[in-house]
Amino acid sequence: MEMRNLEELFQQKIDQEVKIEPKDWMPDAYRKTNIRQISQHAHSEIVGMLPEGNWISRAPSLKRKAILIAKVQDEAGHGLYLYAAAETLGQSREQMINDLHSGKAKYSSIFNYPTLTWADMGAVGWLVDGAAIMNQVMLTRTSYGPYARAMVRICKEESFHQRQGFETLLVLSKGSEAQRALCQDAINRWWWPSLMMFGPRDSESTNSDMSMKWKIKRKTNDELRQQFVDMIAEQVKLLGMTLPDPNLRWNESRNHCDFGEINWDEFWQVVKGNGPCNKERLEARKKAWEDGAWVREAAQAHANKQRTRNKAA
Amino acid sequence: MQQALFDYTLYLADSALILGQRNSAWCGHGPILEQDIAITNITLDLIGQSRSLYQYAAQLKGGDATEDSLAYLRNEREYKNCLLAERPNGDWGQTILRQFLFSCFQRELYTQLTKEKDSTLAAIATKSLKEVNYHCRWSGEWVLRLGDGTAESHTRLATALENLWPYTGELFKGVEYELALGMDPASLYTPWLSAVQSTFEEATLSLAPVASCFMQLGGKTGIHTEELGYILADLQYMQRAYPGCDW
Amino acid sequence: MLHFIKKLYYGDIPDASSGAAPLNDKQQPATDWPLWEVFIRSKQGLDHKHVGSLHATDAQMAIENARDVYTRRQEGVSIWVVESKYITASNPAEAGELYEPAADKVYRHPTFYDLPDEVKHM
Repeated sequence: MEMRNLEELFQQKIDQEVKIEPKDWMPDAYRKTNIRQISQHAHSEIVGMLPEGNWISRAPSLKRKAILIAKVQDEAGHGLYLYAAAETLGQSREQMINDLHSGKAKYSSIFNYPTLTWADMGAVGWLVDGAAIMNQVMLTRTSYGPYARAMVRICKEESFHQRQGFETLLVLSKGSEAQRALCQDAINRWWWPSLMMFGPRDSESTNSDMSMKWKIKRKTNDELRQQFVDMIAEQVKLLGMTLPDPNLRWNESRNHCDFGEINWDEFWQVVKGNGPCNKERLEARKKAWEDGAWVREAAQAHANKQRTRNKAA
Repeated sequence: MQQALFDYTLYLADSALILGQRNSAWCGHGPILEQDIAITNITLDLIGQSRSLYQYAAQLKGGDATEDSLAYLRNEREYKNCLLAERPNGDWGQTILRQFLFSCFQRELYTQLTKEKDSTLAAIATKSLKEVNYHCRWSGEWVLRLGDGTAESHTRLATALENLWPYTGELFKGVEYELALGMDPASLYTPWLSAVQSTFEEATLSLAPVASCFMQLGGKTGIHTEELGYILADLQYMQRAYPGCDW
Repeated sequence: MLHFIKKLYYGDIPDASSGAAPLNDKQQPATDWPLWEVFIRSKQGLDHKHVGSLHATDAQMAIENARDVYTRRQEGVSIWVVESKYITASNPAEAGELYEPAADKVYRHPTFYDLPDEVKHM
């Protein structure tokens, strides 16, 4: 079949909401875009374990400790499901990890911000996971089958994350003056970075957008961000806290919340590696991987010996 | 309140919590994702066990004691965990060997506890035993992999054995509250050693270098290594910095 | 074709803006542990269903990893694993000849047969 024909057939499938599966023909750029996006998503889950893992040893009660551990562990699971989805496109997990460590592959910039107090566990769950979920729910309908299926599994588990985050803050908001101050401070620090998670404004890009055409993505950055702001602006009232944006107000004519301008300079600086924790995060991941090399080798060596012994027997 | 039963329950709870606290440091730093998740499951089991035990201890103590007041508001000298649990994580080899030695001991101990006349402890032991059996299996398989795997992994495991073995004697040396309850752990030694030895043999790990090592004692009566102070500083920070709050 | 994709989304930072080199397409010889496919029976009486994959050095470890990774929320009562390389898949390009011939065999389906209402439960 001719290339052109294959591409038409491929687009037809997409248009008819037929999922693309690993062995199906797909344009090379579709494969690459998916590998890049899925692996970035996987890296984000794995690097995202670090800022929260930071507070496991100091969780203020045994119940909170267990919840936090389970949550951070879920993120490892999510990373694993996503790496597996990307592997169906022919990229090995090891290659993806190497690309992360060499700086070739990126992860969500949000994880380059520090978790300074216990209240950050709540704010990260509520705002950061909340922002991520907007994106992830959309991705359960993405056109690449293994990615969509991984996202379904992840979304089921994620709803616990956002709820526990909000509940953590709710307890603080009803607590002592010091606890309320922790709560407001964490919201202040995480609000703007969580808005940045949705990426640059739509107007920054004028080109035809293959990601939308191929239904890898289904909503634009600004659409998702607006949805998020509208949702959080309501929820913050339940906490009796405020969002650090003097321009935030309901706009009757748009039926949406207006909000202030994001600091795009900060956004790009963090993306480029100049965030508060970029170095530490990458170093921690590299260290874990390098320290684990002898373990992975030994396990493989043992399995090989075992196979040889079984054959001989 | 029965002081001996209370102390004994705390000994079990502290040991599970401190080892859980130690293991939890691997979350996000494991050698491969699958095993990061695996060890974290064990961490969650241990913390779960400690919570059941603290809740029971709080009940024994009465008043306004809770699982958290017991875990977060007792000091170094009041903690009764075995020394083995507080030894540093070291490398993956040391962590899994520590787990293996501890889990094999827990298996013998909890098996005995399931027959205890104290029904709460017996119930906790019965529930925990399923978890512990899996911990023994998981850590035992890793001992085998590392012992048999490569020259490097074998050497690292042998080093871990030298580091940890001196802290195993304490497990079988009864202290006052154990003896008062008729729970002398000495009888657990033989089945424990034979389980440990059979895995070590398969892993070609020799006990000879540590056979006559001097055993460190004290954890169960609150005389710890220097490690514990740091562990508690970390563990208890929030409750100490913001006393009397709900979280 | 990649040059069309300029729009940025959450978690999708373009290489150019981050000063990164383009993704390396060449596969390096992998020292990854082998890949396994995992099938889980969610409860007694149901089929095993494919749930995903993972890495493990041997079958035993694959079962245990599957237990730790895929049944944390009581999703299963039984696990099958098979090394991915042993799975043979049908060729999507042959879908026409493989599956379409079944389309006109409507008489295989019970709804094809009209029976009087008096005949219940058949």
